[in-house]
Amino acid sequence: MTRLWRRFKRRPMPMAGLVLVVAFVLLALIGPLVTGDPTAQDYLATLAPPSGAHPMGTDDLGRDAFARIAHGAQVSLQAGVLSTLLAMAVGIPIGLVAGFYRRWLDPVVMRLVDVTLAFPFLVFAVGLAAIIGPSLKGVVFALGFSQLPAVIRITRGEVLAVREMDYVAAAVADGAGDGHLIFRYVLPNCLNPLIVQATVAIPGAIIGEATLSFLGLGVQPPTPSWGVMLTTAQQYLSDAPWLAVWPGIMIALATLGFNLLGDGLRDVLDPRSGR
Amino acid sequence: MSLLEITDLRVGFDTEDGLVQAVRDISLTLDEGEILALCGESGCGKSVTAMSVPRLLPPETTRLSGSVRLDGRELTTLPEADLRHVRGKEVSVVFQEPMTSLNPSFSVGYQITEVLRRHERLSRQAARSRAVELLELVGIPAPQRRMKEYPHQLSGGMRQRVMIAIAVACSPRVLIADEPTTALDVTIQAGVLDVFRDLRDRLGTAIILITHDLGVVADIADRAVVMYAGRAVEQAPVAELFANPRHPYTLGLMNALPSAAVGGRLAEIPGMVPSPLSDPDECAFQARCPRAQGDCRAARPPLERHADGHLAACFHPGGKQ
Repeated sequence: MTRLWRRFKRRPMPMAGLVLVVAFVLLALIGPLVTGDPTAQDYLATLAPPSGAHPMGTDDLGRDAFARIAHGAQVSLQAGVLSTLLAMAVGIPIGLVAGFYRRWLDPVVMRLVDVTLAFPFLVFAVGLAAIIGPSLKGVVFALGFSQLPAVIRITRGEVLAVREMDYVAAAVADGAGDGHLIFRYVLPNCLNPLIVQATVAIPGAIIGEATLSFLGLGVQPPTPSWGVMLTTAQQYLSDAPWLAVWPGIMIALATLGFNLLGDGLRDVLDPRSGR
Repeated sequence: MSLLEITDLRVGFDTEDGLVQAVRDISLTLDEGEILALCGESGCGKSVTAMSVPRLLPPETTRLSGSVRLDGRELTTLPEADLRHVRGKEVSVVFQEPMTSLNPSFSVGYQITEVLRRHERLSRQAARSRAVELLELVGIPAPQRRMKEYPHQLSGGMRQRVMIAIAVACSPRVLIADEPTTALDVTIQAGVLDVFRDLRDRLGTAIILITHDLGVVADIADRAVVMYAGRAVEQAPVAELFANPRHPYTLGLMNALPSAAVGGRLAEIPGMVPSPLSDPDECAFQARCPRAQGDCRAARPPLERHADGHLAACFHPGGKQ
């Protein structure tokens, strides 16, 4: 662990990513506590430019943009983390079982994965929004489902490789049962690429949440979300351009941070990516 | 009755080219506290023979017949669930590759206690103190500290010792060591062989040692079985085998040892091993044999008794020229 950290911290880009991610998480956790009510309206100061009272300005209803960005960070973080956790919680067991037992199960699962991959994500999200109503819950399900094929594939591929390792054969020779082999031998040694996958999936989900909310399929106004903020800002692009700039920058920085972190983790954790 | 009795064992594997017969009618016995060497070149079936005992061969493609009895109990027909209590408890295996045979995600101590807890139902505490004793037994210095270390922190020789500690944790009746010293350098080899000898003396463990290194055989084994193309071609106590080899293949192996090199050149055995796909009724070695005559091509020589405990399958047996 310390060895990995030492290798990790020597690289400037992953460290920058880590800083961005930590800043994003802090903003999401602490920001909503220190900023005011994101839905409090002030009709005396609509579309106000950034100032001392409103560091990021206000929107068309006079709501403080900074408070909305901070609360929006919370929504983004939830969408990113929860959907990824959901995909991992469902996908890892499926990939483990398919890769470990093979036989008829493996081809069936993999063809299903192919079918899922062929299904357009947005169409699925629209369908889901129609069924359970547009909400953060719907966003998490839609994003989680769209990540599922990648998680299953990666897990299965790792399992196929790991179960051929000498230490698995040695464990069989020591009388280990299937459950023990799967959870003590195969799963722990499959985790590295999945950790990397998570750092790639989370920013994808953040963008996905913003996209769905922007289109009105996700988080609904007045709840602040970066996507919702962009929708509003669209109408006032010439009068109050900062309203579009803040959420745009935030989405870009949060995504960049996770991606840089993920690249760094991949270099450190995955021996196959060279060095 | 011997501890382990293998009778008429045949093992084949289904492949795309047909059935590959890896082991053909092997019969052998192993007594308590005995070290038996299975030797021969790569692909002669020595590993497959040994791995048939705890049935560690892929079940989907393996075709196995004959009998393997441990203490009179038939293992070839034992259900998989019961076999799990045999593996690691009564029959253990030490594999060839110490570098990759330990789970990289867990500490050494965890991996030893795991086996003890599984088979001996020991408490965490009891398993830990037993694990420390085991590390001491296989000659690992500062065992308390090593318990917390991960495989990547250990050298190859140390890892092999840990593997042996895991294998003997539950005091197995039979220990199968598959080329346990091949991946180690020579000074460490000697230490590992000492560990085996020590285990046999202290615990009475019977050991099947798979090796192609006749030096190792001479060093540690009581008895040796020489295999060629899936069959036993010679079987004898080690002293007798080295003093009086009967089969020309055994002789060829001995002449191919670096210490036997004459004029700085290693003597090799000319020719190739016959295909395991076919099995004509002839001596499998005849095409490479300096003594081969017409009868070698007409029938397969049976394994015959030449001296006390010395068997060889050759129509024209002889000692060193």
